[in-house]
Amino acid sequence: MSFPQPKPEVPQLPQNLLRTIDCQQGAVRAVRFNADGNYLLSCGSDKSLKLWSVSRGTLLKTYSGHGYEVLDADGSYDNSQLCSCSSDKTVILWDVATGQVTRKLRGHAGKVNCVQFNEEATVILSGSIDGTVRCWDTRSRKFDPIQILDEAQDGVSSLKVSEHELLTGSVDGRVRRYDLRMGQLHVDFINSPITCVCFSADGQCTLTSSLDSTVRLLDKSTGEMLGEYTGHKMKGYKLDCCLSSKDTHVLSCSEDGHVYCWDLVEGSLMLKLPVGKAVVQSLSFHPSETRLLTAMEGRVQVWGAEPEETEEEVVVVQQEKA
Amino acid sequence: MASDSDSDGDFVTFGTPLEPLEEDEPLRKPVPLYEQTVKDEKGRYQRFHGAFTGGFSAGYFNTVGTKEGWTPATFVSSRQQKAGRQNARPEDFMDEEDLGDHGIAPRQITTTADFASGRKDVIRDKARAITSLSAPIPGDTVLEDLVAPARSSMGVELLRKMGWKDGQGVGPRVKRRLCKQRADSATRAFGSASPPNGSSESQDEEDGEFVPENVTFAPKDVTPIDFTPKVDLHGLGYRGLNPLAALRGGPGAGHINLFTMDSDRTNSLFGEDRKGQRRRGGVAGQGFGVGAMEDDDEDIYHRDIMSNYDTVLGGEEPGNGLYGWTAPQQYNRKKKDHSKDAAYLGKILEGFTLASDKLETKTIFPPPNLPRDFRPVHYFRPVVDLSSVSPMVAQALQTSRGHMAQEEPSKGGRHQLDSAQRRELLGEATLQGPSSVFDLLKVEDRERLSSLRRPSSDTSSGPRQPTPGEARAAVVAAGVAAAAARASAQKALSSRFAPHAEQQQQEALSVWSGPTAQAQTGQTFKPFERTPHKQARYDLYIDQLKQGDRDALELSLDPTMTEWERGRERDEFVRAALLYKPSSSSLSCRFTRGKQDDGVEADTVEVTRDQENDVDDKQAAVKMKMFGKLTRDTFEWHPDNLLCKRFNIPDPYPGSGFVGMPKVKRDKFSVFNFLTVSESPTASASPAPQGVKPSEPGKRSRWDVSGQAGDKERKEKDPVSEFLSVARIEASGSGPEASTTDGPTTDPTVEPDTEQKEEEEEEESRPSMDLFKAIFASSSDEKSSSSSEGESEEEEEKEEGVRSKAGTGPQISNQLNVNTTQPAPPVSTTPSQHPDILFKTPSGPAAAPPPRDQEMEEEEFGPRLPPPSSTLTERRPSPTPSAKDDKHKKKCKEKHKAKKHGKHKKDKKQKKKHKRHKHKGKQKKTKKEESSDSSSEGSDGNGQEDGEEGGGVSTEELLRRLKSIRGKNLQ
Repeated sequence: MSFPQPKPEVPQLPQNLLRTIDCQQGAVRAVRFNADGNYLLSCGSDKSLKLWSVSRGTLLKTYSGHGYEVLDADGSYDNSQLCSCSSDKTVILWDVATGQVTRKLRGHAGKVNCVQFNEEATVILSGSIDGTVRCWDTRSRKFDPIQILDEAQDGVSSLKVSEHELLTGSVDGRVRRYDLRMGQLHVDFINSPITCVCFSADGQCTLTSSLDSTVRLLDKSTGEMLGEYTGHKMKGYKLDCCLSSKDTHVLSCSEDGHVYCWDLVEGSLMLKLPVGKAVVQSLSFHPSETRLLTAMEGRVQVWGAEPEETEEEVVVVQQEKA
Repeated sequence: MASDSDSDGDFVTFGTPLEPLEEDEPLRKPVPLYEQTVKDEKGRYQRFHGAFTGGFSAGYFNTVGTKEGWTPATFVSSRQQKAGRQNARPEDFMDEEDLGDHGIAPRQITTTADFASGRKDVIRDKARAITSLSAPIPGDTVLEDLVAPARSSMGVELLRKMGWKDGQGVGPRVKRRLCKQRADSATRAFGSASPPNGSSESQDEEDGEFVPENVTFAPKDVTPIDFTPKVDLHGLGYRGLNPLAALRGGPGAGHINLFTMDSDRTNSLFGEDRKGQRRRGGVAGQGFGVGAMEDDDEDIYHRDIMSNYDTVLGGEEPGNGLYGWTAPQQYNRKKKDHSKDAAYLGKILEGFTLASDKLETKTIFPPPNLPRDFRPVHYFRPVVDLSSVSPMVAQALQTSRGHMAQEEPSKGGRHQLDSAQRRELLGEATLQGPSSVFDLLKVEDRERLSSLRRPSSDTSSGPRQPTPGEARAAVVAAGVAAAAARASAQKALSSRFAPHAEQQQQEALSVWSGPTAQAQTGQTFKPFERTPHKQARYDLYIDQLKQGDRDALELSLDPTMTEWERGRERDEFVRAALLYKPSSSSLSCRFTRGKQDDGVEADTVEVTRDQENDVDDKQAAVKMKMFGKLTRDTFEWHPDNLLCKRFNIPDPYPGSGFVGMPKVKRDKFSVFNFLTVSESPTASASPAPQGVKPSEPGKRSRWDVSGQAGDKERKEKDPVSEFLSVARIEASGSGPEASTTDGPTTDPTVEPDTEQKEEEEEEESRPSMDLFKAIFASSSDEKSSSSSEGESEEEEEKEEGVRSKAGTGPQISNQLNVNTTQPAPPVSTTPSQHPDILFKTPSGPAAAPPPRDQEMEEEEFGPRLPPPSSTLTERRPSPTPSAKDDKHKKKCKEKHKAKKHGKHKKDKKQKKKHKRHKHKGKQKKTKKEESSDSSSEGSDGNGQEDGEEGGGVSTEELLRRLKSIRGKNLQ
């Protein structure tokens, strides 16, 4: 380019409330962006899973079929399928458009805490309180899991999938990373029940939050701790943590009604986002933009870097000009 | 080859003739094959094939290349000669032999294309075009036409020179009339090959045209017969779609009839378009729609009707027109019938018509005459047994095999073979174990059975109780009946009639009073777990059954209940007793045992080959924030092949037969010993995180199973572990803030105490199982009772296999009531008492601490879920207690599992604590958790409590609760 590159932008934080969605489905157990961040999924304690448009906040579809509260959900890369897991011990694969249950996968012995598609949505991985991770095949008609990972000695609370790796956090205080390519299992001992695990976007680090009110950033390959983020409160509930889309910040739910946001490198608290009075149960960061979803009780809130102009305002401005 | 031929004619010779042998010359050695070479006239090696047919003249001894092998051609850039380069022809690669007389492309003198006849033979082309219409791809001669040479043959040139024009026939020019006649005659001569309506067409043309007298016409071209054989699978006369006709459209085109020979397609092919037909540009026809150029709407959407098609071969039947059974004709026929109806007018009811044809009168076959002694009762199998046969025979039958079929093989068809006979016929190996259930019984049991059966079969003819479940139960109880089929048939038969449950009761009695049943005590299934009273009565019933009490049922029932209730319960008990009858050990040998069971009998357990490093070391490392090597374990792990496939990853261990972690079988006890070597006594005292040790639950079962093993497992700590333990103590003591979970509440003084006590208690023997039960059962009701020191609570926890952190100990661990002497009230608290607990607000300081066991329930495993709403929404009722019960059952199962997993992890240290713990338990030390909670700092205290309950403590607490619940159930 002829002109000099612009300076890298100062990373922005999602500190402005753009929208509040009252999901009308009991407590929202988890809220998730879809693959491209245009839609969000909210898992309700009233057994329903709902699909919303993020930009408009409108309800697009309700998926009902679970027998108990829905605990986690994930969307496939092509947005054609959803998977969700529930306290009713099942994992359901949904067809997005029709809202029909494509497959109902039974086999877990306890409530299923977390569920994820793999990259190509050919496998659903679900982690349950029964301490197993089950790999369900979406391609074949088999209803048995491909493999059951029962290495965890306690309930599996969180699970993430990357291209060839599987990261699970368990209540036994260990983070397990199954490397399919190498055929190895790496177990990192954290010494406190894990509530959430994440991969960093560059795939070099893992983020774990545990019930000792600490979020730790670990080097994926060696297990060394790169950063430790404290200040929030996470002592009893299974709350989420995540990294920002550009890996610049670490975010975590807190039981004191805030979302804590730390600088990843400095470890300093950058933002304490007041969400409400109750526990912030779940959060999800937009895959590319600075946008954050938080779930508290029955509401989902969308946070952005800048206050968004609503259409009415635009209209008003135009009228004034005229 | 020509040289081989026998003919005398001139033949081609290859090679040179041998020189005549001279006499004095010694005989030459025969030349070996590979040296036998033939050279051509130029001295090159001659080979017997061209390059294109497998020979290589440049070969080395008839091979390729040179002595050294292939010599690569040197690269020559063709950059400069690009312009001059021509396309290579096959001939460029041929050598002389290929082009020679005997090669594949012999050079010979032939007529060139100029003089070749048959080039551009229009007539023949037309013939082929006609036939090509019937080809699978209609009009496929188009391609050939396209590639036809530009030059026409010499004959055509000559004809042209003589005035012939394309499309004309050959011959003298004729007048119009004559021309037509000729065409006709030609048609006749050629038979049906030429289009039949060509003549009429020309007639039409003639009618519409003015024909001058003095004009002569060239004769019509004649179409030769095409002798192309029919090779396709189309019907006779079928011709494909003519693209010309389809594209040209035209008003008359209409539906293209694929079957009519005389459609205008043929004419168009011959260039005889009707003059009146307006030609249109563009594409038209069915399915093409109306273009902008069209001026009128055509029938775009052609509706085809079946009447366009012939449905039969040959013409219609001349007779009544009722041929076939197509619809229109039936309607016609109906009309005829109407006239018939008219004849019957007045006699037919309104809405009815006369039948078209008479109903066939059914021939009625009279029933066969019954023999006089026929009794209308059907026995599915010969019910000869016992009642009809003499008692001796019956006895013999039952003691031998319990089958009638063996006695009367001549009678029995295929269906009367028993499994053993079928097996023999099929040549299968015998099953292991006893062949008949009767073999499992002792002789006296058998006798008793048979004596029981006799009256029962006597009464079988009488009225019976008609419950279908009874029949099923009877099937399940096939252990009693020698042949299940017979029994069920009998029962099904008898169950049609009035009630009779006595037989079942006696069956149950016989089942339960057997020695095998008595051997297995305490392992019976509890069908009425939910209602303890009922279960107690049932247990009583079973107990009395075991003692062989005949009226066990009546004794065990509650006399205060109504008759109806008792009747119901009676049925239930009998059914349950039959359903959950004990399986004898020899019977159970027919089933494979689960891989991992509670392991009372099994001596070996499957454990993962790679064991995790010492947890305590890791905890110390975590405390010092030394993540990395110390806290990481890496294991070999085999993903499933299919999983790899789905992840698009090559299998890292191709061909490995298993998935998951490599497992080895080890002796249970040896594993245990092996693992406990490096344990240090402080391990238990060190603040273990809640939930970190799910393996501990296994400890208890370990104790149950092998209490005696405990003593030998005690070993002296090795120096390393001692060092580590010291480090741990330091870590926990010096840095209470280091770990947020247990920091502030850790009481360093506790540890020395516990150590001392351990030593004291080492000598104690293991308490009995009942003690444990009492402990666990009593936990629920005593939770609110008195307080005790934290140490004892800790120990209690540990004993139960639920190790909690030292820090949480005082706060949380006291839920357990260690009062061993005091038996627990049977149903003290039920989970349903405090339905709102599940939704306890995390931040509500005013909320009263809920009863302990309910907390346990809600925090089953791992971190909890936050409440649906803390302050805003009202509290919701918790799930129904029954659901919770279910959960608890689940938990029980899971706990078992956890035990299995965790077994190998148990350490000696913890065992010691168990013992100590039990000891303490007797001292009835309990502490209220709530009190400690209240003592913790104000508002944060609640949160902390939440955290500890929900997260850290969760698993252990849950397990503990499970146990307590189970203990309750056991009582």
